[in-house]
Amino acid sequence: MIRLEKRKEPSKFWRIANPFLAVVLTMLAGAVMFAMLGKDPVVAIRLIFFDPIFSDTFGSYSRPQLLIKSAPLILIAVGLAVGFKANIWNIGAEGQYIMGALFGAGVALAFFPAPGWYIFPLMVLAGAFGGFLWAMIPAILKTRFNTNEILVSLLLVYVAEKILAAMALGVMRNPDIAGFPGSRDLRRYEAAHNAELFANTGIHWGVVAALIAVIFAYVMMTRHMLGFHVQLAGQAPRAARFAGVSPARLVVICLGISGALAGLAGMFEVSGPGGQVRIEFATGYGFTAIIVAFLGRLNPIGIVLAGLLLGLTYIGGELGQMILQLPGAAIQVFQGMLLFFLLALDFQTNYRLRLSKGVRT
Amino acid sequence: MRAPLLRLDGLTKAYPGVVANDDVSFEIGEGQMHALLGENGAGKSTLVKMIYGLVKPDKGRMHLHGKPFAPAKPSEARRNGVAMVFQHFSLFDALDVAENVALGMENPPPLRDLAQRIRDVSEEYGLPLDPARLVGELSAGERQRVEIVRCLLQDPKLLIMDEPTSVLTPQEVDILFLTLRKLSAEGTAILYISHKLEEIRALCDEATILRGGRKVATCDPREKSARELAELMVGQVLTPPERPAKPKGDVVLQVDNLSLASNNPFGTSLKNVSFTLRKGEVLGIAGVAGNGQDELLLMLSGELPAPSVRVQLKGKPVGHLGPNGRRLLGLVAAPEERLGHAAAPDMSLTANALLSASRRKGLAKHGFIDWRKTESFARDIIARFDVRTPGPHVLARALSGGNLQKFVIGREIELDPDVIIVNQPTWGVDAAAAATIRQALLDLAGKGAGVLVISQDLDELLEISDSFAALNEGRLTDTRPAKGLSVEDIGLMMGGAGDMHVAHEASA
Repeated sequence: MIRLEKRKEPSKFWRIANPFLAVVLTMLAGAVMFAMLGKDPVVAIRLIFFDPIFSDTFGSYSRPQLLIKSAPLILIAVGLAVGFKANIWNIGAEGQYIMGALFGAGVALAFFPAPGWYIFPLMVLAGAFGGFLWAMIPAILKTRFNTNEILVSLLLVYVAEKILAAMALGVMRNPDIAGFPGSRDLRRYEAAHNAELFANTGIHWGVVAALIAVIFAYVMMTRHMLGFHVQLAGQAPRAARFAGVSPARLVVICLGISGALAGLAGMFEVSGPGGQVRIEFATGYGFTAIIVAFLGRLNPIGIVLAGLLLGLTYIGGELGQMILQLPGAAIQVFQGMLLFFLLALDFQTNYRLRLSKGVRT
Repeated sequence: MRAPLLRLDGLTKAYPGVVANDDVSFEIGEGQMHALLGENGAGKSTLVKMIYGLVKPDKGRMHLHGKPFAPAKPSEARRNGVAMVFQHFSLFDALDVAENVALGMENPPPLRDLAQRIRDVSEEYGLPLDPARLVGELSAGERQRVEIVRCLLQDPKLLIMDEPTSVLTPQEVDILFLTLRKLSAEGTAILYISHKLEEIRALCDEATILRGGRKVATCDPREKSARELAELMVGQVLTPPERPAKPKGDVVLQVDNLSLASNNPFGTSLKNVSFTLRKGEVLGIAGVAGNGQDELLLMLSGELPAPSVRVQLKGKPVGHLGPNGRRLLGLVAAPEERLGHAAAPDMSLTANALLSASRRKGLAKHGFIDWRKTESFARDIIARFDVRTPGPHVLARALSGGNLQKFVIGREIELDPDVIIVNQPTWGVDAAAAATIRQALLDLAGKGAGVLVISQDLDELLEISDSFAALNEGRLTDTRPAKGLSVEDIGLMMGGAGDMHVAHEASA
C-alpha cells in the first residue's frame, strides 16, 4: 500500500531539486510529444534547448535574442514574486505590461519628432506609472470592497488588450502610412529608441532595469522590514497584523510594485524590440512570467535562471517552427508542462511517499 | 467492586523521539467515574485516542466487556458504546444544533425526529438545548452541551470527556457534574480527563495518574489532598510564586466606557468596557472563553483600532494607534494563540524576535534589518527565560508549547514595557514553564509595570492578581480587590450559570 505522510518540515533538498527535475521531465515529455508528431525527438529537443546558444549557424542571431526575451520575463516575475510571497496574486501582469507600453509610447508619440535627452527618461516614468495605475484597480477594489484580485487583475488583461487594439487603430496610428494599423516605429525616433547598448549582445535598458530590479528585490526581501513584513503576511497573516502590518497597505504596495515593473517591461519592449504599438504587440510575457516566478522559487536569483530558461524556449520555439515546422503552440505546451511538473513535484517537498505492507488486521 | 467495563493491558505508543504511553494498564468499572490525571504532555490524549480508535497502539491490548477490543476507527468505537467529547469542539458555526448533531451520526434520522430526540435527551439530563438555534450564537458552555447530547444520543457505555470544564463557569461546572453523576448512576462509565485537582476530588471515585507517559499511581482521589495529587502528577515539590508587597502607583492605562464591534462575525463585541490599571498592579480578567477576551486583547494591543480618547496610556489618548505606535509608547501584548498570532510558525526564533521588537529595540535602521543585533536579542530571550532550544535559528513551530510561550512572553518583557497585556499566558504549558512565566510577570509588576492578565484559569488569576474583574458577553464587571474573593464570588462575576439553573431545578 502506498501512503502519503506529511513531512515535519518541508524538504530543503526537493525545494531546490524540483525545478531542475521539472525541466528534465518536461524535456522527456516534450520528446514523446515530438515523436508522436513524427519529428525526431532528439533533434527537436536539441534545437529548442541547445542550438539557440551553442549552434554555429543560429547562435549569432539567437544569443542576443536570449537577453531580449528574458529581460521582460525577469522584470515582471521579480515584481510578481514579491506579491506572491505575501499571498497577493497579481495574475494580470500582461495587462499592466500593455498599459506600460501604451503610456511609454504615448509620451514618445506626443513629443515626436522633437529631439531631447529627457524624452526617454520620461517614457520610463510613464511606463512604470501606466502599469502601476492598471494594478491599482484590483488593489483598490480589494481593499475597499474585498474583491478577489486574481479575477479582477486577470479580467483587466482583456480590457487592456481592447484598449491596445483601439490605440493601434485609432489615436496612436501612424498618420504617415495610410491604411495600416500600428503606430510609428519608435526605433526610427532616436530620442525614444531603446537601442542596444552594446552591439550584438541584446543588452538594452530593459536588461539593465531587470538586473537592478533583481538586486533591489533581493536586498528588500532579505534585509528590509518591508520584505520581512511581506513574508510574514504570506506565512502568518495574524502575526503580521500583530507586528503592525496593515493588510490594505501591503496589497497596494505589492500590486503597485508588480504593476510598475510589468509596465516598465512593456515600455522597454515597445520602444525597443517591439518597436511600435500594434494589435499583436502583447505576446504573453505577463503570463509566462508567472511560470518564471514559480520556477525560480519566488527567489530573485532563481528568477534570473528561470527567466533565462523560459526565454530560451521562446527562441528555441521560433527555431523549431522555422526549421522543423513544429506547430507554434508546441512552445506553449512546453511552458505549461514546466509549471505542471513543478507543481506536481512540489508535492514531495511537503509529503513523503511511503510504501508499507498491509499490516492492518 | 463493580463489574469491569474496559481493561487496558500494557498499552504502549511511541512517536518518533517520544514515548507517549509506556506500558499503561488500568481498569474502568461499569458506571465508574474514573479520572485520568496528568500534566500537559503526560500522555492523556494519546491514551484516550487509542481507546477511541484514533490512534493504534504499538503494543498492549484492550478488553471491553471481557472481549478483545481494538477499534480501527472512531466509528467502530462508537458502535461498541464508546463516545468522546473533545476539548476543542468540532461544530459548524453556520449550522443549527440539530444539523450539527446529525453530521456526527452514522445514520441520522430525519431532522424533525432528531430535533425531538435532542429535546428529550437534553431535558432528561438537564442540558437545555434548542435544536433550531445556530451554533454560532451559542456560548461555549452551550456548545459543549451540543457535543454531550450528540454522544448521549448514541447511548454510550463509556463517555470520555477531555478537559470539559475549561470552558465553563463554576456554576456551569456544578450543573455538568449533576449530569455526569446521573449518567453514572444509570450505569454509564465516565473517563474524565483533567488537571484540575479539586474537580476530580469532588467528582471521581478512582483516578489514574500519568507522568511522562507512564502510570505512576491509581488511587481514590477523595483520600488524597490536592497537593499530594499535584506532586504525584508533577513528580516534584511545587513552590508558589513570590510576590513583593508594593504601594499603589499612578494610573498607566485607562479604558473609558468603550464599545467596539468584533472583527469576527461570530465574535463578541465589547460593551461599555471601563477599567484602570496602575503602576505595579496585576489586574486579572476572568471569563469563560468567547466572552470578548480576544477582542479585548486586540483592542488593547492596537490590532483593532478604537476611538482615540477611550484608551489612554499614561494620560495620552492612544486608541487610534496601531500595535507599533503603542509599543513605542510602552504598551506591549502577548496574544493567546502562540503559533500564528504571537509568532510565525515557519520563521526562526530570530525572525520572531524581530516581529514585535523591531522598533522598540532599534533592530532596524531606516527599515534595514540588523540581523546580527536581532539574533543576539533572540539569544538574550532564550538565555533569560530558560527557553529550551538548540538556538535562535530554530523554527518557532519546532518548540514545545511551554518553551515557545516563554519565548513570546520573554520577548515582550524584554521590551521593558510600562504596560503588558497577556491572554492565557500559561494555556497548554507545563507546570514548570507556567511557574516561570507567572514569576516573570510578577517581577515585571514589581519593577513598576502595569500587568493585565486575561485568563480562563481561575487558580492562576487568584495566585497572581491584585485586583480582579470578569468578562461576560463583552461586558466587564467592576474591578474588585482579589484578596478575599471566593470561587463562588468569581463565578457570579463571570455570569453564573445563566439559564442553566432552571433545568435541574425543574427536573429535580
